[in-house]
Amino acid sequence: MKTNDLILQTATKITVFIILAYSLNLFFAGHNTPGGGFIGGLISAAAIVLLLLAFDMKTVKKALPFDFKKVAALGLLIAALTGIGSFLFDVPFLSHTFGYFDLPIFGHTELATAVLFDTGVYLVVVGVTLTIIQTIGEDDD
Amino acid sequence: MNNFVILPILIPLLTGIILIFVNKYTKASRVISLLSTLLTVILSLILVNQVYQNGIQTLNLGDWDAPFGIVLVADLLASLLVTTGSIVVLACILYSFKNIGQEREKFFYYAAVQFLMVGVLGAFLTGDIFNLFVFFEVMLMASYVLIVHGGTKPQLRESIKYILVNVISSALFVIAVAYLYAVTGTVNMADLSAKISELGQPGIVTVISILFLVVFGLKGAIFPLFFWLPGSYNAPPTPITALFGALLTKVGVYSIIRTFTIIFYHDTGFTHTLIGILAGFTIVVGVVGAVAYWDVKQIIIYNILTAVGVILVGVATLTPTSLTGSIYYLIHDMIIKASLFLLVGAMVVITGTSNLKKMGGLINHHPYLGWMFFIATISLAGIPPFSGFIGKLLIVKGSLAAEHYVLVAAILISSLLVLYSVMKIFINGFWGEAKLRKEEEKGSTKGLLFPITLLLSLSIALGFGAEWFYPYISQAAQDLTDPSIYIQAVLKE
Repeated sequence: MKTNDLILQTATKITVFIILAYSLNLFFAGHNTPGGGFIGGLISAAAIVLLLLAFDMKTVKKALPFDFKKVAALGLLIAALTGIGSFLFDVPFLSHTFGYFDLPIFGHTELATAVLFDTGVYLVVVGVTLTIIQTIGEDDD
Repeated sequence: MNNFVILPILIPLLTGIILIFVNKYTKASRVISLLSTLLTVILSLILVNQVYQNGIQTLNLGDWDAPFGIVLVADLLASLLVTTGSIVVLACILYSFKNIGQEREKFFYYAAVQFLMVGVLGAFLTGDIFNLFVFFEVMLMASYVLIVHGGTKPQLRESIKYILVNVISSALFVIAVAYLYAVTGTVNMADLSAKISELGQPGIVTVISILFLVVFGLKGAIFPLFFWLPGSYNAPPTPITALFGALLTKVGVYSIIRTFTIIFYHDTGFTHTLIGILAGFTIVVGVVGAVAYWDVKQIIIYNILTAVGVILVGVATLTPTSLTGSIYYLIHDMIIKASLFLLVGAMVVITGTSNLKKMGGLINHHPYLGWMFFIATISLAGIPPFSGFIGKLLIVKGSLAAEHYVLVAAILISSLLVLYSVMKIFINGFWGEAKLRKEEEKGSTKGLLFPITLLLSLSIALGFGAEWFYPYISQAAQDLTDPSIYIQAVLKE
């Protein structure tokens, strides 16, 4: 018998965006309040896991056509490159800096290079989590 | 500030990341990993020279000063081991080209090797005990991947044991760091050393030091914590076993040397006597295993234990002479263990078995391999012109001066039995009636001999050119016997 997941799928379509927005909020809030790349990445991954539960592996792969192993590697690369960036300014490896900018919508904003490192962490966490889940999910064939 | 110190860690890290992207292209992976490892070797040689000329090099990561940020410290011991380690990795990568097989190569093999290298070199260079833990984990994660890589039945079985043991020892490591942090309030090694000498090493610190000995003993396979090693190291393919045998246990030994010369050296009557007793038993267990087996891989694996014991005798004695001997023997042993595993692997390739009783007469068709094995054998046992001799001589000399007669006897008798155990391979495997005709051989050694030659010539150079290497190594031992040099270099007070 084929089950009908209409309610689950409709609810998922709305909830996923709320979860993703929350994860981005946590990711950017990490500097001054609890949050950061790790928890942000985990919650983003949780949103995609919800998609996997409501739909099937094929649909989700069509919607997000990434090789998540490469996503994790890309995250590592970004994190390593932010460290190497300090070589250009002749300061020790992994030195970070920050500055204040007047941006169009946000107004007076503090931008820190540590966010770039966190982006790397975020991508690694998303990539690793989804690689694990997809590999286990695909195992039976 | 000297960003050069990070390069031996950074280059394998970047290479590992790039290799994840190109994993489908075997040729490209090979070229990239070979070139970058070569670059690491060259950079680490430059690092050794820098440290020798200008003293200990430090790098405060992120521009935070020493006890507050993470600091990388390249003293002579660390940079020499970084050099040796990267040379061993280079040889194992070369060996893998012919030996590991296409399917494994395509599945992130070279990336895992590079991450293993990141962990090992990072553990040598770090000056922070929690960072040491992190690099241990980097190394162990990569080694979990490598030990199960390919997924054959024995590998799956042994990897469960290996991972279980290491997860437990890692948990103990975290607990030990937590205790130490609770007592001293710092995790920087130089700062720890200064704080503990102010406290004069009270009883609780001695307890913590023994907990560290247990942790590093589990990693470095000392008696009675070696039980996981013989099975685990027998499972994976040859180049992986060679990497493990040459690097992983040695990181444990290095950590023991580091912590017990720089941090916990105030109550030597207790801690270093204990290390001495354990080292003695480790030697005994190692030679008993080496003599007992007729499996070529197992014989070499048990020889790892003996070597770990011999190195620790030097640490237990804690005189400049014996420490020099320990460092010399450590470097020698990393090289010679790697080359022995690779040699034995070549024998297994030819005969298709690791059972010594089914081999024979290999020297008829493989004279070069045979004589290389012979040289490796006598170098391992410590016959004078070769590299094993000087290390053991210095350890014995130091121990005699400190009146550790039982340990000296153990070392000398063990040398004889080690020689017997590897000569057994030489005599039964290479001499006698040939069991296989040329065309019956299971595989060819083409391409396998070059990396072995590389390692062996280095080992021979280490023996014959001892005059040239000795100043570096005795300088490294000097730095270890006087912790204030290390503290001065890191804390800059």
